[in-house]
Amino acid sequence: MKKTVLILGAASDMARAIARAFAADGHDIQLAARSPARLEGDRADLETRYGVEVSLHAFDAVDLGSHAGFLEGLPTLPDIAVCAVGAMGTQEENAAWPEVGAQVMRANFEGPATILGHLANAMEARGSGTLVGISSVAGERGRASNYVYGAAKAGFTAFLSGLRNRLAGKGVHVVTVLPGFVNTAMTEGMDLPGALTAEPSEVGKAVVAAVEKGRDVIYVRPVWRIVMTVIRAIPERIFKKTSL
Amino acid sequence: MRELSGWGRAPRARCRLRSARSEADVAAAIAEGPMIARGNGRSYGDPAMSPGLTLDMRGMDRMLAFDADRGVLVAEAGVLLADIIATFLPRGWFPYVTPGTKFVTLGGAIAADVHGKNHHGDGSFRAFVDWVDVMDGAGGARRIAAGDPDFQTVCGAMGLSGVILRAALRLRPVTSAWIVQETIPTESVEAAIDAFEDNLDVLYSVAWIDCLSFAPALGRSIVMLGRHAEAQDLPRKLRRAPFEVPGRLPLSVPLDVPRLALNPVTLRIFNAMYYRLGRRKAGESLVDWDRYFYPLDAIGDWNRIYGRGGFYQFQCVLPIEASKAGLNRMLHEISEAGLGSFLSVLKRFGPDESRISFPQAGYTLALDFPATDACRALIERLDAITLDHGGRFYLAKDARMSAETAAAADPRLGAFRDLRAARGWSERFVSLQSRRLGL
Repeated sequence: MKKTVLILGAASDMARAIARAFAADGHDIQLAARSPARLEGDRADLETRYGVEVSLHAFDAVDLGSHAGFLEGLPTLPDIAVCAVGAMGTQEENAAWPEVGAQVMRANFEGPATILGHLANAMEARGSGTLVGISSVAGERGRASNYVYGAAKAGFTAFLSGLRNRLAGKGVHVVTVLPGFVNTAMTEGMDLPGALTAEPSEVGKAVVAAVEKGRDVIYVRPVWRIVMTVIRAIPERIFKKTSL
Repeated sequence: MRELSGWGRAPRARCRLRSARSEADVAAAIAEGPMIARGNGRSYGDPAMSPGLTLDMRGMDRMLAFDADRGVLVAEAGVLLADIIATFLPRGWFPYVTPGTKFVTLGGAIAADVHGKNHHGDGSFRAFVDWVDVMDGAGGARRIAAGDPDFQTVCGAMGLSGVILRAALRLRPVTSAWIVQETIPTESVEAAIDAFEDNLDVLYSVAWIDCLSFAPALGRSIVMLGRHAEAQDLPRKLRRAPFEVPGRLPLSVPLDVPRLALNPVTLRIFNAMYYRLGRRKAGESLVDWDRYFYPLDAIGDWNRIYGRGGFYQFQCVLPIEASKAGLNRMLHEISEAGLGSFLSVLKRFGPDESRISFPQAGYTLALDFPATDACRALIERLDAITLDHGGRFYLAKDARMSAETAAAADPRLGAFRDLRAARGWSERFVSLQSRRLGL
């Protein structure tokens, strides 16, 4: 059945791949990002490839006060909403200037949680819908190399978990996606291990499959479940001396 | 820095690599210094590796518009041919010209001006490109239509005249996803050439050559003709859904095969088996588009069969009148050396005039060899035979040619070098290949 899918933070590589995966199944797409004019090419792409309807919307994730109005401005309340908003910053800056780190927390936690909070209320009132939050394995345990980003993602993961709990039985499903390493603009230049690194298109397919099957928490590459189980199990007095 | 190579995995080099997702990214990269665009890395040697910045164009993979009346697709340079087929074959369209892999980008196909099994009748890829948008470093993108004299400084120029951003590509209307194939076994390369000449009116033709057999079977071949199947060619079962074809098992070469595995004995056995199988299939058969055009695409990472050391491709084109003599000399040389190629492919080119593109009327032979010293020496002997017979070489396959050989084979390269200097491209668009060949 044809549905409407809202993609928040639609300019990223991962978001583009997720939009394509939903459009390939024939769903109409709402793309939302800070500068929707930059998404004209992506709209054309989805329409040309898949013959679906695509609309563009201005959305500023860190302008929390604008979120309620953004939602009211959408032509229809989407059946599925995917929050792919996020920004890593650099750990050096995040650590050196805590105020910069706070912006990273806003972009990865407060912003996504606020808009999903509004969407959750609207979907709960309607009695149907699916919310997808793109969180991160970085939120599973704080590490020196990216704990500010990781802390924000940990908050977001906990938020999604609570939202899922709240909405269970109310017709609204919540999916938490932990992509692991992905070849995107955000990770460009990093030396990532091939076996642990997914292409954005893999994330897209995994998200669509998770929504269809009603999964709760997914890792894009299953090997990450093992990796994170090990990382979580390391005792803190040893973990604090590692550099992972 | 990232270790890069072409599809042949030789040579390898650590390159500064960045991705372009928009025109602005390309402009920023060009402004920074010497660079080259890279598509899906399917050219065999070093043309898509830069001593400066290598710009990965796969992030620019948006399809922008499709004119369903004329069959014209406007798309960004990083779109794969595989995606174009997946999108438009179900609607009754197929690329007019396709190389032997669908995993090339639109930009790469134009930059190499690739050819297919129908060059003798249809020409090369550029014949179906209406225009290209190119950024050449003078600032901003420029739309160059097919009739513009500058169009030929882009097609076949291996990215050395600017970065291809977008293009308009005409597609062929087809009524099914199937090919009617006719297989003709021949006992010699002369007989294969005669079969090509007898079938110039057939849309597709290509031959596989057993390059390890000895005289009198030297150059025994399987000539494969093809045309797009119409409804009446299909059995009733397929007629109901003429664009649906059976899926293929995803096979792949999971690791580098030790070099020992491909030796003269196994190669001889493989080639002999291939010939026998082909001979058994003699006559007409129905083949789906994927198996017909892209048999090797079914085996992911097939380039690993040559091991970590990689392999060299050799592809030349000889003028028609010199073809029989030249090809026989090459096959003798290969057979004598016992260094047979895994797959040797022969193809007839039709007339083609261009400023820098590879094709010209004649016969083109493509071979691959492990990247060893012995094979390199053999390929250099094949270079010499090509020069003796007035042939030239395909830059998309080249990984090791000398500047002298390239210049001797193709006087157009000198003119292109001068043009690059005059237009200021020499400093901006630089690949390991352009440096090696002195372009």
